[in-house]
Amino acid sequence: MNIKVLYFARLRERFGISEEVLELPDSMAMVAMLLDVLRARGGEWAEALAAGQNFRVAVNQDMAAMNAPLEADDEVAIFPPVTGG
Amino acid sequence: MKISVQEADFDAGVEISALRAGNPQIGAVASFIGLVRDMNDGSRVAAMTLEHYPAMTHKALSAIVAEAEARWALLGCTVIHRVGALFPTDQIVLVAVASSHRADAFAACEFIMDYLKTQAPFWKKERTPEGERWVEPRVTDEQAQARWAE
Repeated sequence: MNIKVLYFARLRERFGISEEVLELPDSMAMVAMLLDVLRARGGEWAEALAAGQNFRVAVNQDMAAMNAPLEADDEVAIFPPVTGG
Repeated sequence: MKISVQEADFDAGVEISALRAGNPQIGAVASFIGLVRDMNDGSRVAAMTLEHYPAMTHKALSAIVAEAEARWALLGCTVIHRVGALFPTDQIVLVAVASSHRADAFAACEFIMDYLKTQAPFWKKERTPEGERWVEPRVTDEQAQARWAE
């Protein structure tokens, strides 16, 4: 299944990409598994998304936990803690 | 409720007049305006860029206002947040809340700002003499939001 992944702010700059479409096996339909796929790229990906790093995930524009399920064509966003206001 | 995410500046007086227009039940309006300062974490700030997640911003702000409406007896609410390039003394955000009495208006206004600070997808990047830097989240903002759950 295809998942659209967006990156914002510092993470967008570190990864050098603002969005992409990932093809995930249906058996990996969870935020935590998507993150594993990204970490497996190594380098900045492994470092910035390591356990203990401070980042947030939203699924279809709602804040989501690591165990949130994913469905085909979901939009997942990965970003640093927000600093508006 | 009125929610707007925009590059343009806003006129708080005009917004508050519109918020309370024609409703004689409104006895109180509380408002907050956030501004760009020229100093942060020990560095001069020459300019700031506000990035956001357009598809989520409006949705997140709407959810925060809806939660405030569920907690307090509100008669209207306006939230305006600017994005793009901003400079010291510029306005960043307006929250204005109308209610029959001041307690609900004050509380809801503070609640909305505290949640906006930690839940709405905006990110500030500052230009300082040392270069550009992303603003770090503050622990005090997390604490300010957490106290509403007590």
